[in-house]
Amino acid sequence: MRDTPTALPRVSLQQKLFRLWDSDIAYSFRQSPVTMAAGFVVLLILIGAVFAPLLATQNPFDPSGLNLMDGKTAPMAVNEFTQNSYLLGTDDQGRDILSTILYGSRASLLVGFAAVGLAMLIGVTLGLIAGYRGGIVDSIIMRIADIQLTFPSILVAMLIFGVFRGVLPVQSHATLAVPVLILAIGFSDWPQYARTVRGVTMVERNKEYVQAARVIGLAPLTIMIRHVLPNVLGPVLVIGTLGLALAIIAEATLSYLGVGVPPTQPSLGTLIRVGQEYIASGEWWILFFPSLTLLALALSVNLLGDWLRDALNPKLR
Amino acid sequence: MTETSEALLEVRDLVVEFPTRRGILRAVDQISFSLMPGEVLGLVGESGAGKSLTGTALIGLLEPPGRIASGTVRLKGQQINGLPPEELRKIRGRRIGMVFQDPLTSLNPLYRVGEQLIETIRTHLPLSEAEARQRAVDLLMEVGIPAAERRLDSYPHEFSGGMRQRVVIALALAAEPELVIADEPTTALDVSVQAQIIAVLKRLCREKNTAVILITHDMGVIAETADRVAVMYAGRIVEIGPVRDVIKSPRHPYTKGLMGSIPDPEAEAERLIQIPGSMPRLTHIPKGCAFNPRCGFANDQCRTERPPVRAVGKGSVACFLDEAQLTALSLEARR
Amino acid sequence: MTAVASASHADAVPLLTVEGLRCVFDVSKPWLNRVLEGASKQSLQAVDDVSFFIPKGETFALVGESGSGKSTIAKMIVGLLRPTNGEIRFDGTDITKVGNAAEMRRLRRRFQMIFQDPYASLNPRMRVDTIIAEPLRAFGILSEDGAIATRVAELLRLVRLDPADGVKFPHEFSGGQRQRIAIARALAGNPEFLVCDEPTSALDVSVQAQILNLMKDLQAEFGLTYLLISHNLAVVRHMATRVGVLYLGRLVEVAPSRQLFTAPRHPYTRMLLDAVPDLAMSGRQRLPVQGEIPNPITPPSGCFYHPRCPLANERCTQERPALVPAAEGYVACHAVAEGRAA
Repeated sequence: MRDTPTALPRVSLQQKLFRLWDSDIAYSFRQSPVTMAAGFVVLLILIGAVFAPLLATQNPFDPSGLNLMDGKTAPMAVNEFTQNSYLLGTDDQGRDILSTILYGSRASLLVGFAAVGLAMLIGVTLGLIAGYRGGIVDSIIMRIADIQLTFPSILVAMLIFGVFRGVLPVQSHATLAVPVLILAIGFSDWPQYARTVRGVTMVERNKEYVQAARVIGLAPLTIMIRHVLPNVLGPVLVIGTLGLALAIIAEATLSYLGVGVPPTQPSLGTLIRVGQEYIASGEWWILFFPSLTLLALALSVNLLGDWLRDALNPKLR
Repeated sequence: MTETSEALLEVRDLVVEFPTRRGILRAVDQISFSLMPGEVLGLVGESGAGKSLTGTALIGLLEPPGRIASGTVRLKGQQINGLPPEELRKIRGRRIGMVFQDPLTSLNPLYRVGEQLIETIRTHLPLSEAEARQRAVDLLMEVGIPAAERRLDSYPHEFSGGMRQRVVIALALAAEPELVIADEPTTALDVSVQAQIIAVLKRLCREKNTAVILITHDMGVIAETADRVAVMYAGRIVEIGPVRDVIKSPRHPYTKGLMGSIPDPEAEAERLIQIPGSMPRLTHIPKGCAFNPRCGFANDQCRTERPPVRAVGKGSVACFLDEAQLTALSLEARR
Repeated sequence: MTAVASASHADAVPLLTVEGLRCVFDVSKPWLNRVLEGASKQSLQAVDDVSFFIPKGETFALVGESGSGKSTIAKMIVGLLRPTNGEIRFDGTDITKVGNAAEMRRLRRRFQMIFQDPYASLNPRMRVDTIIAEPLRAFGILSEDGAIATRVAELLRLVRLDPADGVKFPHEFSGGQRQRIAIARALAGNPEFLVCDEPTSALDVSVQAQILNLMKDLQAEFGLTYLLISHNLAVVRHMATRVGVLYLGRLVEVAPSRQLFTAPRHPYTRMLLDAVPDLAMSGRQRLPVQGEIPNPITPPSGCFYHPRCPLANERCTQERPALVPAAEGYVACHAVAEGRAA
């Protein structure tokens, strides 16, 4: 904050924390058990993913740590050969399902957050420009968005994914799978951010505080970043949260379809694809637990997004 | 505050509250007044005074969580607050008409003006379609809409702001109610249109002996229209009396400050009288007299006790100053 | 109509001169709709050949009802809108023709604007001290943090606020206090000229009095020149030295404030004055107001006021009246020029 007047006392951290706790948003969070539960689930999965190397009993990517004899152990059952027991069982390679889920959530969340971040960056930038400039610039940006919106975003992502795979050398496919997936999902999701931001920008642009900034002679770019951007972030945050759930599902779908991350570096989607091969032979847990995690994650993120939308909507308060 | 039995509307100790997470907010705090048939009562105050909420509370249209916490509203002796919604709906429109600031909130944009008028008339009066139509035309003519017959088939958006407000007045008067509650009916309009709307409202209510509660922030509109005026501050009535007395010789220090702060189009003055500070927020209503922090005459009593409303001259004032002091204040006032 | 601007009856040098100002908006439907519906292009003359000047240290008020173009004029003067044609000379320089950004910035610093709605004119996400410091940084007046903080505190004190309020956000203030903050921001660059667009119309009367008094105090202290845009005739009477009355984008009368209010010439001015509620309850005789403001897209022929004017005749329906001197002011009315107005 470079505009801090030196002469005045600063607000202490404690006061800040109290204000946050006392704010209307925090209050509405505390008032909703469902939201709190959703927040808890997301937090749990997030912690699990971030600290996976510490929490997991084994590294499922490291073949040397695996014992094939442990394969297909049912949850909480004792393996007849090794006498090992696993909370959620193991897959055919002897990977601990809990560990694969912890690592798998890692890949899913990384792709989800990064893709949403990319979509936001593109969408907010283009939306701000379209809304603030108007005219022909606006028309061009929004027509591109319209055209892209006529295709299901999963199709667009597959197309982008395919193009990248075609262009990149085969040996780099495995290592570049995650970045390419992020680009694919990010590029397919920007139009909704652009649309929302454009709409809000057009409203904000006509407010008197923006006119006041123009009268001071600020450059359009400065006005967009300093004045308009902070005032359009509310709705962006809401669709960003809802978009996170969609991006995680999109990643899972792509990986399920086999065009996402490879089985050696599994995400939740890959785990589900692998797991379904065993459903017929009765090893249900290999499919069930990754699916349950994906469901819980996507649902909880969605619930948080819904709550955020209502909490930030002054009309519903 | 006359307590005669023939009063049309009798409001006693009305309290409107909003429960919030930080406690219960009192937006209207124990107000009492009465209204005679055919009388025009101005309810005036600045934003946050609670005047609009009083109006919506009277007709049972408070938005939840707002509620009437205590007090009574009697229409011709019958208590109407607390009636079931179905009963209240019958009273609204039939016995109490309403005019709001924005005519578009009273008119449905999807229906022709005539349809809305005829529907209202037939809901409340036993008339045939043709009779109701004729009555609708008469009403539009009465409120000064040219080519009324033809305009029945127009949609609300095809009218100008002033014409639309005329339609709303026609709608409010359609069932010949005994009382019309008009909430800032001219605030959204230009001065020249405002003058016409005031004239129409005044003329029709006089002709039909309809009583009016005119809610506004504009003392000028009150001066033009009202017989009596109640001045509200922070949810309370601080002064009520005949319009000429209140405007020409305000007694309460707030009313006096308010009148002094209005620039006079008839005269030039170097500086306006200004009341320091502003209307308190509902969360921070001062103890004792709500006006005490802004009042030049406040003493310890004003800061601790709430002043009762008592009769002074032809009106009533809620102030601890004695009658001689209040009269001195009113003589000091310019107008 | 250049006669009005160049007239030399005022002793003071005009700080601002507006000549033949015109603003036309394109209000056509989108191209596709026009093609499909066979509609033609439509334009709206928001401001139609308006000329006036403001001597240094005076308050010139523009009054009018909706559609009169008063706010459009204000926006053109501060550069928020481009005039279709006409000149806006500020201290001798035509600001519509300044191409050089640096020079424009120097000029900009000398005139600022106060907006109508203090709830919208302050960025809700910025702290008050940042809001007030913005022009200081933008105009390059101060750059060192300590100096800026000192100046911001000084400005807050100037508008009768507590310098400690700087750390708060706009929503923590009442409407009147917000308007004070907006005034502090406008004064940050020590401007000579302020355009005040309905500065009190969003405020309660008791707060309006505070703001009007403050504006008068500041004018006396710094010798400010004001252009006041208002629909409230009482406010105009209280504040203005001279007044211009607008009707549908045209000036119909310009006169010293006292003359305009005591002896209005133009029938529209008279009607407007008669429409003001009679707070003094004097029971004075007033003409009943007639008609409504026509749609500005399809204005009447000749004098725009003729359909509502009790004095209108054949000529008024045909010919646009020019603004001609009348007493100490100017009036655009055939009836007045011909001596038909009583």
